[in-house]
Amino acid sequence: MLDTNLKHIDSADAWQQFISENENTMICCGRMGPMCIPVYAAMEDLEGEYEHVKFADMEFDHPEAHVIRNAPEARGFMGLPFTMYYKNGKVVKATSSIQSEEQIREILDAEFAK
Amino acid sequence: MYTEHFDVIVIGGGPAGLAAGIYLSRSKLSTLVLNSGTVGGQLILTHEIANYPGVESTSGYSLARTMKKQATSFGAKIKTIKGIEEMDLKSDMKRIRISDEQEYTAHAVILAPGGNPRTLGVEGETEFKGRGVSYCATCDGEFFTDKEIVVVGGGNSALEEAVSLSKFASKITLLHQFDHFQAFQHAVEEVKQNEKINIRLEHVIESFYGEESLKGVKIKNLKTGEVEDFATDGAFIFIGYVPNTEFLQGCFPLNDRGEIPVDANMNTEVKGVFAAGDCIAKKYRQVTMAVGEATAAALSAAEYVHNLKQDKKQ
Repeated sequence: MLDTNLKHIDSADAWQQFISENENTMICCGRMGPMCIPVYAAMEDLEGEYEHVKFADMEFDHPEAHVIRNAPEARGFMGLPFTMYYKNGKVVKATSSIQSEEQIREILDAEFAK
Repeated sequence: MYTEHFDVIVIGGGPAGLAAGIYLSRSKLSTLVLNSGTVGGQLILTHEIANYPGVESTSGYSLARTMKKQATSFGAKIKTIKGIEEMDLKSDMKRIRISDEQEYTAHAVILAPGGNPRTLGVEGETEFKGRGVSYCATCDGEFFTDKEIVVVGGGNSALEEAVSLSKFASKITLLHQFDHFQAFQHAVEEVKQNEKINIRLEHVIESFYGEESLKGVKIKNLKTGEVEDFATDGAFIFIGYVPNTEFLQGCFPLNDRGEIPVDANMNTEVKGVFAAGDCIAKKYRQVTMAVGEATAAALSAAEYVHNLKQDKKQ
């Protein structure tokens, strides 16, 4: 399990439930590595501010993380973490590699405007 | 406009900023740490720290989390901000405005904004980040198993990471802009002995190109001026760090590398302003040094504020 204060997604079923039960969701799929940790930390920071968005993480090496690893939107991705943004269960944005809090904020504002 | 006053404001929430926050708040000085981005700075990017005295092997993330907890437990207030809109560090009362509605004042300021990995800043670099362009061998190396890649840089990090990437990649072309490496000799020797690594000195990348992912780079030979298309699946960039002092350009004394000159007690050229960490002019950049410099900066700032308050009483 990832050492973060985010909600952890630990199966494909939990992933499906999370993205379908919540209108706006962001899931960061990674490891406890240098490019992933800043993204988790930014998500933890933003959680209180973006109450209309639900944040979660998923271990990249979990067998059922294929729902993110092999998503069509992640084709060509070659940098951890893979971060997916879903609206009503559909991918609206996907990024590969480290993103700053400002970059994440821009995506959240653009995709999940109140 | 809402103005809040503190004894000392620390700009930056990396190891230097947090160490300063710990020392200042422990001295019962009201302390505000203004941070942009993730608290912990570059420290959280370090996978393993095994040489921090008194702490057994730990992650940078974990160490940063403990430092943050220590600073807040002693009373330091840590605030994440988007940026600084305006500031006056030269007056006796330092003033920092972060928005139209909020500004902070303080008797003293410690500058600890840290640094960021340097990027090449060429066409396609941002577009292919995470799609072939990477800044972390540990994180992304396995995506390039049996692929041909380039590594850019000539310092210790570049050479060590090139050797580390040779466990995955089938062929590595190491590009460096100068005619010699800046790395330690043992690292140079290791690279030279690695059969998978091909060295090209005095070569730079001019642009990255591809479709869904990186397909190649344009490489310029600095000696001949010749530019060639070079097919590659990945490019790893390790070309050092730049100090985060852009916000100080033009309004605060910096050297030609954008670093803040300080004396042994971390005084800058401006009265009541101190600096510590990767933003100052120095040769070595280590967490232990940032923490030590921040300790000196905090003690100097505490003494400065104490003297200021004593003078006002008299």
